[in-house]
Amino acid sequence: MADIEFLNKMAAQVRRDVIRMVHKPASGHPGGSLGCADFFTALYFDVMNINPKNFTMDGIGEDLFFLSNGHLSAAWYSVLARRGYFDIAELSTFRLINSRLQGHPTTAEHLPGIRVASGSLGQGLSVACGAALAKKLNGDKNLIYTLHGDGEMQEGQIWEAALFAASKKIDNLIATIDYNGKQIDGPVDQVVSLGNLKAKWISFGWEVLETNGNNMEGLLATIAMAKSKTGNGKPVVILMRTVMGMGVDFMMGTHKWHGKAPNDEEFASAIAQLPETIGDF
Amino acid sequence: MKYISTGNKDTRSGFGAGLHELGRSNPNVVALCADLVGSLKMDAFINENPDRFFQVGIAEANMIGLAAGLTIGGKIPFAGTFAVFATGRVYDQVRQVVAYSNKNVKICASHAGLTLGEDGATHQMLEDIGLMKMLPNMTVIVPCDYNQTRAATLAVAEHVGPVYLRFGRPAVPNFTPVDQKFEIGKAQHLVEGNQVTIFATGHMVWKALEAADLLEQKGISAEVINIHTIKPLDEEAVLKSVAKTRSVVTAEEHMMNGGLGDSIAQLLVRKLPAPIEMIAVNDTFGESGKPEELLVKYGLDTPNIVNAALKAIARK
Repeated sequence: MADIEFLNKMAAQVRRDVIRMVHKPASGHPGGSLGCADFFTALYFDVMNINPKNFTMDGIGEDLFFLSNGHLSAAWYSVLARRGYFDIAELSTFRLINSRLQGHPTTAEHLPGIRVASGSLGQGLSVACGAALAKKLNGDKNLIYTLHGDGEMQEGQIWEAALFAASKKIDNLIATIDYNGKQIDGPVDQVVSLGNLKAKWISFGWEVLETNGNNMEGLLATIAMAKSKTGNGKPVVILMRTVMGMGVDFMMGTHKWHGKAPNDEEFASAIAQLPETIGDF
Repeated sequence: MKYISTGNKDTRSGFGAGLHELGRSNPNVVALCADLVGSLKMDAFINENPDRFFQVGIAEANMIGLAAGLTIGGKIPFAGTFAVFATGRVYDQVRQVVAYSNKNVKICASHAGLTLGEDGATHQMLEDIGLMKMLPNMTVIVPCDYNQTRAATLAVAEHVGPVYLRFGRPAVPNFTPVDQKFEIGKAQHLVEGNQVTIFATGHMVWKALEAADLLEQKGISAEVINIHTIKPLDEEAVLKSVAKTRSVVTAEEHMMNGGLGDSIAQLLVRKLPAPIEMIAVNDTFGESGKPEELLVKYGLDTPNIVNAALKAIARK
């Protein structure tokens, strides 16, 4: 049984890490990271079969995760560090010169936990499909997980990969879409509407699940359901409703904190709302 | 002529033959193609290794991502399509998930250059060498004939890291030895000479040999060097030859901007300034026509190499 209390504490600490990480360099993307803190925590502290102390690029015998919307790097780095891929002290170097914690994730700095660069959107699902095919060729029964933004669904390559995955029966893959309805320029519906996103994925031949990404128990139950649907000839996607900026009142539910760091005053207000739970870096 | 063609063969078939052999010799080699299997001569590999081939349809961006993903798990993906789709169409994908991520992906690009022929300028990729050589981590290889393309295909499987392998559509003279090993990054001396060096790549290497022959008939000693690896450039071989000849011609089926000539000039201007004449397409798109007609119209033929050599020598 998952320790929900611990996972919620961890997610709260991740949110606090995110705010501290973007405040120091005065740059970054707090909104999506706050919204997906629960998801990253669930994956790395409960769901995935991983080996943080002996990171290998090939990840044979492990589940793999690909972050397609690389601007959620702050939350991902926080969870990777807290799960033991690298020292949490390194989180203080985020976005600064000579850091392994680049603004967007990269393999170039050999940071354990990262298997491909992301940042330019729309590419992660293709990479994940390739890794899923490699797992099948290797007879490796572990799974591939991904995270994408909903705004990212505007990229054509997502739909190339969606067609491919269903056509080739890539059924060892669980994609997740951060369905917060916000992107840099405004609400997704106003920028370019996705229409009926669920119907689109169903029509592309995917198994589609929906969940609230800011409720740990529900999220774990949905991911467990997704896992049960793997191996049946269809790829699986979770439409995960989250609140962008979750946990900081003035950042919640608006696109304005997609790619902006808080000033000192805003930082004080935000950090007061996110008490230390596990221990600061 | 020192070299004898054993007959005309297309370099893309050399790729197909190399891939076929890799299918038998290296279980980690996998292949992908974006709806151009016949054009890239991949059938033999596919027939013997259906589980290691992925038809991705007309979706090149997805193909590049898939190839990057397949390396995670130890596969060596050979992703094939036309040069125009393998580079310009997917530049950002190649940049982020192959070059920057330093993945062991082999981008296999056929129908490069003017000699694609009748399909015209939309498909005649003349900027690909420039695009690919600008990417850190990327190795850029342009073999000159069937045998060398086959050998290069085998060699890139052994090389760990991203590779751009460029070849073409038409049947061209096949003259390199069938069993010659391909050494990545090592320029190939084909003709020794002391008055001018002709650096050529791809289909233009045979024409450079023809030009050297004509120059010899005029009493001029031309050296011919095949630069089959544009990046990393064999700087030592280039400098050694130019130190001797002190004048240069470059010949390639590519845009002058960003091509082989540009790489040679950049090296020489820093280390050993010498007059250079460039045989390349000069800031224009191609058009429909037969390969040989196009090479003549755009100045990429043997007489032009001869004239360029005379000019370069006169500028010493």
